[in-house]
Amino acid sequence: MRAYTPKNDVQKKAYYTDRYYVAPQVPKEKVENDEVFAADLEAIKAKFEVKEAYIQVEQLVIYINPHDIYGVLELMRDELEYTQLSEMSAIDWLAKDGTFEIFYQMLSMTKRKRIRVKYFIKEGEAVDSVEKLFRSADWAEREMFDMFGIEANGHPFMKRILMPYDWQGFPLRKSYPLQGDEFAAWYEVDKIYGKEARDLIGPEIRDTARVDRYDSERFARLGHEVPKGTEITGDEPKNEQPYQEEGGVFLVKKFNKESSKVIDDPQR
Amino acid sequence: MAQVTNRLTPFFENITFDREDNEVILNFGPQHPSAHGQLRLMLHLQQEQIVKAHPDVGYLHRGMEKMAENMIYNEFLPTTDRMDYIASSSNNYGFALAVEKLIGVEVPRRAKVIRMMLLEINRLMSHLFWLATTALDIGAMTIFLYAFREREYLMDIIEGYCGARLTHSAIRIGGVPLDIQDSFIAQLKDFLGKLPQNIKDYEDLLDSNRIWRMRMEEVGVIPTDMALSWGCTGPMLRASGVAWDIRKEEPYELYDEVEFNVPYSDKGDNFARYRIYMEEMRESAKILYQTIDMYNECVKNGETELMAHAPKYISAPKLDIMTQNYSLMQHFVLVTQGMRPPVGEVYVATESPKGELGFYINSQGGPYPYRLKMRAPSFWHTGILTDLLPGHYIPDVVSIIGTTNIVFGEVDR
Repeated sequence: MRAYTPKNDVQKKAYYTDRYYVAPQVPKEKVENDEVFAADLEAIKAKFEVKEAYIQVEQLVIYINPHDIYGVLELMRDELEYTQLSEMSAIDWLAKDGTFEIFYQMLSMTKRKRIRVKYFIKEGEAVDSVEKLFRSADWAEREMFDMFGIEANGHPFMKRILMPYDWQGFPLRKSYPLQGDEFAAWYEVDKIYGKEARDLIGPEIRDTARVDRYDSERFARLGHEVPKGTEITGDEPKNEQPYQEEGGVFLVKKFNKESSKVIDDPQR
Repeated sequence: MAQVTNRLTPFFENITFDREDNEVILNFGPQHPSAHGQLRLMLHLQQEQIVKAHPDVGYLHRGMEKMAENMIYNEFLPTTDRMDYIASSSNNYGFALAVEKLIGVEVPRRAKVIRMMLLEINRLMSHLFWLATTALDIGAMTIFLYAFREREYLMDIIEGYCGARLTHSAIRIGGVPLDIQDSFIAQLKDFLGKLPQNIKDYEDLLDSNRIWRMRMEEVGVIPTDMALSWGCTGPMLRASGVAWDIRKEEPYELYDEVEFNVPYSDKGDNFARYRIYMEEMRESAKILYQTIDMYNECVKNGETELMAHAPKYISAPKLDIMTQNYSLMQHFVLVTQGMRPPVGEVYVATESPKGELGFYINSQGGPYPYRLKMRAPSFWHTGILTDLLPGHYIPDVVSIIGTTNIVFGEVDR
């Protein structure tokens, strides 16, 4: 029987993990250790619910409710001087608990501080667009939609950005295989020639090192040259190639079996 | 300021089109020579003026973030070369620094100095390349040849160091793999000696060039709030009046020990960006001179370590691997299974030649990152074209794309 592989996470897994291995944690510090962050957190807490907050690798991480995101970012931009949204995207936890984790990476240039605002949504739920606050969210949310299928409410142009508009599937989900699914494998063929041409054209050859030694159309047969297009069945005569011209070349010595020494003692 | 120039009044022929509003949709790219890569722009035109711009990207999308989730950390490093392939060491560095922050290792001083040298050489390479291609787009062929000549010297130095000219992979997680070659400093000093004159030559050709100024001045003005809102960083932001350089504000490596200025301008137009690129080349040269001194000091103090000592994550030096059994075993595990960083997440931003290059890594304690997000500056510098191009004329599109300095390996990832 074939071993069971979970379909909701088909990414590469470590093939061996020591059964007693406990992964260490990147240390989380208390927010009170940094007074700028502590003040910012107080300001946010005064208006919105903050579920969790800690400092990790010099940056404040806060977890909020999904519907508060617009308000929190507006507060941060207008009152706390976090004037730039550097990045936003999602993390796929569908295999674990059916959620996506959304993160917004904020930067304050006056305070020289970075805050990561995060929340969880369930599969199929949409996020609130912050494109009205930060134009950079326009493309970031489109990319998130393209890669995870998470839509943003109130976004002016919720279309794919990196993949073609008519693509099926969401490439960065853990359930999407690295090599692509069936749709991806036949995308061009289906689109240009139609599904019925699949047999005629055949699957895409992904092995870049593949050489068909009997194919005289597409492969140079070094040492066994034949006219292009010749049918070869496999019994072609061996064509020995002299590798050195007569008289020799400067510095290059012809290998002579008689005068060479054979080392047959492996211990020598 | 040799000449006071007037903007030429554009002359249009009376062309009427079938549509009632005379709007033409022009498809610019994705194979346009001055799009600097696979950029497709759909431009809605009223005669020659753009009323709506719609950049379309993704023609170079290789799914690097997906690849990262299926690769061990060291395996992924050469892939980062293919992001901003004009200055690939800066991508290596961004990724390496993020992983180092995650696993919490400190890089030896000598490696830091070498890294800074490589980063600044990459910055110079990138800026020279920018100058060459942008000038070529505008029509200044001479600059193209000059700047490529200088870039070639730098690529030779890098080639001597790591064997590659474009895809360096010269900065590894935990340090650098090699010490600089014997001729490195002599070559670099030779180059830096000529650089001021070279930059002056470019400026002599361009600064007072009437065509250059007409194509650059007051074209593509990005106001400060627009630059901030669109997440612009690097020279794009500094040209719009925000003196924000991560090397200065959130110093990494030894940037807090070197002296350099952050050039900025409040004009926000193409010409301001051009001036900033030129000034930044001078600042890079200044930093490189200081790193040479720092390197010589390291040699004098007998600091020979090039890789951090962290046996859990980073292989021992070659000599140990070849002579000590435990180091060899450790190396074998790290190569076949990969390092397993602690559970946690990190976002690290570095100042790449094009802007803020950030790596967000979420590790779940496995040998493969659970999620890796690359924040490439060019992605947003392409996005801003949506708001920037309307109101401009078709010839301005070329000069604006030029000065945004976008590279599509980075936009599409």
